[in-house]
Amino acid sequence: MPVIASSGAGLDPILTAVVLFVLALIIGFEVITKVPPMLHTPLVVASHAMASIMVVEAIRAAGHGSILGLIALFIGTVNVVGGYLIADRMLAMFKKDKKKEK
Amino acid sequence: MHDITVALYLITVLLFIAGLKLLTSPRTARMGNLVSAVGMTIAIVATFLGYWSELSNWTYILIGGILGSVVGAFLAYWVDMRDIPQFVAILNSFGGAVSALVGAWAIFNMDKVKPAFASTGLFVGSVVADAFIGTIAFVGSVIAFAKLQKLITERPVVLPMKNLLNVIALILVFVFGYLLIQNPHNYLYLYAIFALAAFLGFNVTMAVGGADMPVVISLLISYAGLSAAALGFTFMNYGLIMVGSLVGASGLILTRIMAKAMNRDFWGILLGNITPPEMATTSSDAAFYEGKVKSTSPDEVAMMLKYADRIVIIPGYGLAVAQAQRELKELYDLLTKDGKEVYFAIHDVAGRMPGHMNVLLAEVEVPYEALKTMDEGNQLLEGADVALVVGANDVVNPLAKEDPSTPIYGMPILEADKARSVVVIKRSLSPGFAGIPNPLFIRDNTVMLFDDAKKALRAIIDAYKEL
Repeated sequence: MPVIASSGAGLDPILTAVVLFVLALIIGFEVITKVPPMLHTPLVVASHAMASIMVVEAIRAAGHGSILGLIALFIGTVNVVGGYLIADRMLAMFKKDKKKEK
Repeated sequence: MHDITVALYLITVLLFIAGLKLLTSPRTARMGNLVSAVGMTIAIVATFLGYWSELSNWTYILIGGILGSVVGAFLAYWVDMRDIPQFVAILNSFGGAVSALVGAWAIFNMDKVKPAFASTGLFVGSVVADAFIGTIAFVGSVIAFAKLQKLITERPVVLPMKNLLNVIALILVFVFGYLLIQNPHNYLYLYAIFALAAFLGFNVTMAVGGADMPVVISLLISYAGLSAAALGFTFMNYGLIMVGSLVGASGLILTRIMAKAMNRDFWGILLGNITPPEMATTSSDAAFYEGKVKSTSPDEVAMMLKYADRIVIIPGYGLAVAQAQRELKELYDLLTKDGKEVYFAIHDVAGRMPGHMNVLLAEVEVPYEALKTMDEGNQLLEGADVALVVGANDVVNPLAKEDPSTPIYGMPILEADKARSVVVIKRSLSPGFAGIPNPLFIRDNTVMLFDDAKKALRAIIDAYKEL
């Protein structure tokens, strides 16, 4: 069964992980409350960019010289860069919208 | 994990939270995306710092990073704004694939990468979770892409006993997951989990119609976030755990909000259960419309507009495709100058990209007061003389109210047929995204003007000026 190695005097690292997981879930559930329909698509696109965070572990896998890691890093980077830029392109339309309204 | 790495990841989380908050208001949305991009950059820097001593193959890192950036940037600038939903779908499939691939890598190199304090059960169990969720996000997103790109049918495809099959697949995932934990070097169990997850992703997404795909994509993005959190448990990467669960949870809430706006059942979408298995309206469109459609001319439409007091314009996807916003604005100016009440009734999902229509019309300086929401629009349609439908189809389809067997049943619509007469500008009688015929087009008070929205509006404007 689980070999629990305590990191010195501190909190058990696995328990720490679970605490962080639960707290971040709660924040995630609470952070988005009311969104006007006109912003649904931009918010989905921008959330997608954030959800491409798993690319960080692909950096490690590629750094180990794994071909799986190289593929993962490549498509992961396409995902991150493409995700942020397309969100920005789309949101720029809203910016223009606002300026003209003034 | 170094302390500094975890501290940097915490900054990422805070920036993401701030970014999400900023994204919920049109004024600050772009800033929100920028803030979250800074957060992502910090997370990547933190990863390099945290794993620095392990990183030996810099060739791979540079090739993957640089090539990926170039391709990503190229795609983002090359893609047509109208194709946003399917573009995000295909990108998200990459995210799911990354989780699955790195999970597989982790288990192949378990001796090297398993954190010392994590038990085998936890390590392998989390790989099972991220391989499973990541593969669902991958396959589901590919199917969503193919549906939106019309590579495969947009209609819901439902296997017999779909739910039973899904439950069996899910149980088998647990069984193989357990076996893999007992025997981490028997990769066959891992491959079985991949296959089962692929089946589930396929089955659940195929069962959803094209019109609901934006909601499904939002859900699959949330899955990608959760798969990142699972990957965080694999490597005990606190940053990934925090960010992944944050984005996963906010994605679920966003999916629920969107589903509500489109009047869809959130749990139904979660399980791929929103469409009725039987499609009653499979009669061919030609037979449906045969001899019942009245077509009209621009002169006639101009005449109708001339004698109308209140006109409600219902813009749709076709308007955006034809880029006819300027012509529409010109017509609006002409009509308001003659003292007519003119409004734009904008469906929440007009053009299948919520909010896109507001932007397009604001861009050509249609006054904000003329843009009406769905509820306001329906009230205004009640006493309107003319409803002018420009390139819209599903959002004015009365079947959504009348026929429980159609895929759009229950979706709120703009009730164009409430107006005294209805003019529909549309290139042809081809069905909209829901893939069903529209009885509005054969109503007694409806006339059709078959043309590209831009050309048709131009002709109406010219005819109107000559009256």
